[in-house]
Amino acid sequence: MLATAIIVFREVIEAALVISIVMAASRGVPARGWWIWGGVGGGLIAACVVAVFADTLAEAASGVGQDLFNAAVLFTAVAMLGWHNIWMQRHGRELAREMNQVGKAVVSGERPLYALAIVVGLAVLREGSEVVLFLYGIASADESSAGSMLTGGVIGISFGTAVGLAIYYGLLRIPTRHLFRATSWLILFLAAGLASQGAAYLVQADLLPPLGREVWNTSDWLSEDSLIGQILHTLVGYVSRPDGVQILFYLATIAIIASLMRLFGDEPARPVGH
Amino acid sequence: MQNRIYSGRFIVLSALLMVCGSVSAAENYTLTIKEHRFEPEELEVPAGRKIKLIVKNEDSTPEEFESRSLKREKIIPGKSQATIFVGPLDPGTYDFFGEFHEESAKGRILAK
Repeated sequence: MLATAIIVFREVIEAALVISIVMAASRGVPARGWWIWGGVGGGLIAACVVAVFADTLAEAASGVGQDLFNAAVLFTAVAMLGWHNIWMQRHGRELAREMNQVGKAVVSGERPLYALAIVVGLAVLREGSEVVLFLYGIASADESSAGSMLTGGVIGISFGTAVGLAIYYGLLRIPTRHLFRATSWLILFLAAGLASQGAAYLVQADLLPPLGREVWNTSDWLSEDSLIGQILHTLVGYVSRPDGVQILFYLATIAIIASLMRLFGDEPARPVGH
Repeated sequence: MQNRIYSGRFIVLSALLMVCGSVSAAENYTLTIKEHRFEPEELEVPAGRKIKLIVKNEDSTPEEFESRSLKREKIIPGKSQATIFVGPLDPGTYDFFGEFHEESAKGRILAK
């Protein structure tokens, strides 16, 4: 039961952290609940579909179908997070100003919430399909222990959700005028971490060279299996033994998103008149 | 726009070539999962070369092949198989385990 709880917890926490950051980033937007919980619901349905076809996926593309799928999911999420950040850089200042004026918050409904809904959906899809597969596996395997295993699953899901809620309420303590900046930094690092994970899947599928198999090893000092290691892995992309190509993708993602934010940002702040 | 399409094709094409190239270059090794155990539990492979590891799961339940030292993590659903590319490895021992049945599914790769 404990083993089940830990395995499920490890899967759920990643999705929970992504949801909490997205929730904080879209604070004050009236329709965000629909989008975000729609993303969660869509992700859950998709997770079940992926779990059902997991064997087909595993054997696809000469046995690396799952890696290609994971990489595609991760890079799509990176693109959506980047898009959100660039958009926020462009309009964030107006939004912050308008949110302070009572009743004007409705204006911010035009924000590209679908990007965040997709990010949430993809996070739930990726982690959720593993949980579904795992729980289905144990439930169908030996019925004697299925009950205690499922209890473990529920405990794992609850603890993962609790960590996500803790991060969310922690972020809400940041005053509104700093919150946009804080969440946009978080999203930048989140995207970089996801890109480096995506690169790792492509190395595993032999589509990318590792460019140095283990550039450093800090696993004795901070293991990715520990709670802190796991949280840092999701939030900022901490990897205890990274391949060179992972570091490259990490830095390139930060550089690309940050320069696009700089390039497209602040435009509405300029006078519009001719 | 046209250029972008062509460069997209080029990337896909070169990716395919890389797959084909490595498939022919990498040596095949097979690991079988049976009753939540790996067979063989100890696999000897040459050091310094890329290896194609085919993991066959004969159980009806899914298993996750995981190795911290190899930096590999992959779910293999019940009654199916998956491919994991490993190495080139330095000489040494690399532990792996099945995350869903950690108490029984254990093994190691010896790179010589």
